Amino acid sequence: MIEANNLNKSFGKLKALNNVSITTGAGQSIALIGPNGCGKTTFIKSILGMVVPDSGTIKIKNQNIKANWAYRSLIGYMPQIGRYPDNMKIGQVIDMLTDIRQNTIAIDEDLINAFSLKKLYNKRMGTLSGGTMQKVSASIAFLFKPEILILDEPTAGLDPISSEALKEKIQAEKQNGKLFLITSHILSELDELSTHIVYMQDGTIMLYKTMEELKSTTGENRLSRAIAHLMAKTAQ
Amino acid sequence: MKKIVKYILLDILRNKIILAYTAILFVVTFSVFSLEDNSQKGMLTLLNLVLFIVPLVSIIFSTIYIYNSSEFIELLVSQPLRRKSIWLSLFIGISGALSLAFIIGAGVPLLIYNHSVTAFMMVANGILISVIFAAIAMVAAVSTRDKAKGIGWAILLWLYFSLVFDGLILFLLFQFSDYPLEKIMIFVSALNPIDLGRILILLKMDVSALMGYTGAVFKEFYGTQLGLIISFSVMLLWVIIPLLYSLRIFNRKDL
Repeated sequence: MIEANNLNKSFGKLKALNNVSITTGAGQSIALIGPNGCGKTTFIKSILGMVVPDSGTIKIKNQNIKANWAYRSLIGYMPQIGRYPDNMKIGQVIDMLTDIRQNTIAIDEDLINAFSLKKLYNKRMGTLSGGTMQKVSASIAFLFKPEILILDEPTAGLDPISSEALKEKIQAEKQNGKLFLITSHILSELDELSTHIVYMQDGTIMLYKTMEELKSTTGENRLSRAIAHLMAKTAQ
Repeated sequence: MKKIVKYILLDILRNKIILAYTAILFVVTFSVFSLEDNSQKGMLTLLNLVLFIVPLVSIIFSTIYIYNSSEFIELLVSQPLRRKSIWLSLFIGISGALSLAFIIGAGVPLLIYNHSVTAFMMVANGILISVIFAAIAMVAAVSTRDKAKGIGWAILLWLYFSLVFDGLILFLLFQFSDYPLEKIMIFVSALNPIDLGRILILLKMDVSALMGYTGAVFKEFYGTQLGLIISFSVMLLWVIIPLLYSLRIFNRKDL
């Protein structure tokens, strides 16, 4: 569903994306891993059209996303650090987005209920803690039943119960054939959530394999071990 | 697009600074007219205040508001919306709120005391100036990520339009006083929306005699129907050009 071709992006001297190409399909759950500053967020933001690549194309469902905007209704995005207008209330943000989307499909309130956000609807975004903000971001990402879900460090800052609820939701939606793109530094969590692994370093994709392939080639049965194995090999 | 404008307008109209701005304009306009028994004189005082305060408040408020909306803009950009409609909605929201503040604060008391053509011109002028400086603020705010730099630029632009530009004109006039500059002055005055506004009002008030021979040339040009149309079109260009320029930058900007 997402097809990226030779993406390049530089921020001044820093090359954030260097000839990134990848093809993904429905039902996959892709774990995007790599050291800090390797271009994960830039890649995600280019898919969303928030960052405009210097060259290369991205196609979503065979539509080029350049100068296109309608495709974003297919995507639910949970940012690494949610940024919302400080003086809007949680309820207002959700109402506004529903209002803008004009979705004909009923909205998905599973996460709102799981996090019991309705009790907090009158709180202003500026007063929320980091974890609550993450809960709002997660609920918004799933709200419109998108086909593609992009989650940037979804469980960072969530308490264990909420993080479990979110993981359950991801598992459930995975069964529904949604495409997931998840970045995280917690490898044990990706182990259970993902079917494919993409490893990025210095703006290039070093590896793109299914979980089984990775585990069998490295001879390790835990993702963290397999990745450590791999990093040690690239370091040599 | 209408929905985004609605959210932005509601947000700005709740803003205490806009309410204070409206109140100050209201008090100032009322007191100017109650101090002077001649409403013409009151208009002149008001004109100078309007041409000083309105651009300042418009440009600074708009710049800060756009910077503070960066989260809101980011949220909207990840939604299925055109960047163009996000940016234009922001502009319509801000300039609409500023115009509304001007109409309520200065327009209403002005029209109560004086309902001549000049008064209507003044209200139209104030609205245009508000909108123009909101458009210029869009350029200042989109050009740099650094808030302090952006606001600094906004202040410098205001200083340029309200003080430096006139200084430069005076300098040129004195330097080239041997040459007939009157016709050129008509063109030069179009380069500054504040000056353009001032000339239009002064000509309507029949005090153009004070401006000497240049005033006569101005009257000959701006006093006619055609001159009026041209000058209003130039002011509209002052809205459209900065707005389109800022939109161009915003369309390619990384958020």
